[in-house]
Amino acid sequence: KCVKCKENTTVLIIRAGDAFCRGCFKEYFIHKFRAMLGKNRVIFPGEKVLLAVSGGPASSSMLSQVQEGLSRDAPKKLRFVPGIIYIDEGGASGQSMEERKRAVAQLESVFRATNYHYHIVHLEQVLSLPSSVLEAGSSATGKPPTGSSYKAAVDHLIPTRKNQNQHPDLSVENAQSHLSNLSMQEVQNGVTSPITPEHTQALKRLFASVRTPTAKEDLLHTLRQHLILHTARTQGYTKVMMGDSCSRLAIKLLSNISLGRGASLATDTGFSDPRHGDVVIVRPMRDYSSKEIAYYNRMFDIPSVFIPGLDSKAQDKASIQRLTESFVTKLQTDFPSTVSTIYRTSEKLHTACPPQNTNTQLSAKCLLCVCALDTKLEEFSAYQATLISEQLSQRRGQGHSSGGGQSQGCETGDGGCCSSAKSTVDLKSLLCYSCRLTIKDMTALDALPQYILSEAERRRSQMREEISEFLLDEEEDEAIPRVNGS
Amino acid sequence: MLLKQLETDRGGAELLFGSVKEHHVTLPNQSEPWDMKQLLVWIRGNMLKERPELFVQGDTVRPGILVLINDADWELMGELEYELQDKDNVVFISTLHGG
Repeated sequence: KCVKCKENTTVLIIRAGDAFCRGCFKEYFIHKFRAMLGKNRVIFPGEKVLLAVSGGPASSSMLSQVQEGLSRDAPKKLRFVPGIIYIDEGGASGQSMEERKRAVAQLESVFRATNYHYHIVHLEQVLSLPSSVLEAGSSATGKPPTGSSYKAAVDHLIPTRKNQNQHPDLSVENAQSHLSNLSMQEVQNGVTSPITPEHTQALKRLFASVRTPTAKEDLLHTLRQHLILHTARTQGYTKVMMGDSCSRLAIKLLSNISLGRGASLATDTGFSDPRHGDVVIVRPMRDYSSKEIAYYNRMFDIPSVFIPGLDSKAQDKASIQRLTESFVTKLQTDFPSTVSTIYRTSEKLHTACPPQNTNTQLSAKCLLCVCALDTKLEEFSAYQATLISEQLSQRRGQGHSSGGGQSQGCETGDGGCCSSAKSTVDLKSLLCYSCRLTIKDMTALDALPQYILSEAERRRSQMREEISEFLLDEEEDEAIPRVNGS
Repeated sequence: MLLKQLETDRGGAELLFGSVKEHHVTLPNQSEPWDMKQLLVWIRGNMLKERPELFVQGDTVRPGILVLINDADWELMGELEYELQDKDNVVFISTLHGG
């Protein structure tokens, strides 16, 4: 009855009607992971790879697959040096310190069982990040890694293994044991980083200043990426593995379009995400549906810890992300090929220009999400149309609110709150369209972490410098907002 | 009297059941055998502590919640029409973000 071995009893149906037995399913699952890594040859032997584990089923499954892949004796075993990062977001989602400690302890026991070096990072640490996080680093190799260089790197390892010299192998294993020796003391540093209640308060204030759950999720995602990137950079990891499953990526694709991130769809949902330059984000779980992952975890006892987040028990219509998830999931039950169709479509997306464009100035990247800025005002572009309609609708609104004096139309630069209006305008020009929408939903921009604000200031002054030679009269420039505000 | 072991495993479904993951339930006797549809109605009435719409939708479970009967996909057993046996083990796994 099983579709593959044709003999054993089936336990699971995948996609639109393939029934597998337990053994064949396990093989299929494990094989898919290695095939995904082998097909996209971006992980080189000996590289340090950071696994981003949230405790959820997909990332826990990814962790177990990495363990599985690294442990095999076959000559084709995976060869890289893994590390684990877990970000404790309890400060933003309103968990108490005890709950957070409990969750962290549970995860720590899972991590310790793997013998990999792990980092526990609290979201509060985002407040003390350096602004260098927002800069795209240059990639480690000057040219894009080609298939032949990958093959050469792997071939180099195989003959020496036959000779029993095992020098390259030894270096990988040495690195791993060295790391695990270090891990006991460095784990102390990773785990007991002091977060004071003031930090948690500042974080809560930041999220409280965001009005909509959509923007909250978006901001959380951005901050999380920054933290992971920072850890990867400081600890010497060149790759980060995220546990996004096929279903999650399909939902992410559609909700990103709704959020205004259409320009960066390829990097947001593709296998590899090179936007940061020196650290590449890969998504090896992107071929697994949520169902496959859930069944595998259940059948083979993969430990995972459920930690309620910002969006747990949220209504279907609470945020764009929630709504898209509900839409896709519901459609999937009646049309089981929904997710895979979306996934196939996303596979066809490619970036138009090569990512190794070192000539792009820093100002051409979004401040928050580090994707290319897509807000050049071209004639007849959709963006221009939204701006025009925004101006038109606000002109009518101003007639009503001008008498009150406390207008909320801060984006136009008018109104009594000149200083915050200026900073909104300043920040907006450094952001891509979708990050602008997120910022728009924030009531207190100064709640943003320091590194964002100082990097914004730095870019503004850099831009000012660049255009200063073209400015006729600086005084004239500064006079204009004053005239409008009177 | 049918003895069932119900598990609401990971993914957050346990939040709706008072954070208890494993439940041993004994279903009351009735003339016709229990099927999954009736079990869901019974769970909704007797076990769900809050927000029933996050677990049950209409006749069946909310999309995104997987059901395993004795560690096998319920789609192979007939989904809602499956007739429950004594000592069956039913597991609900939520794959959704929002619990």
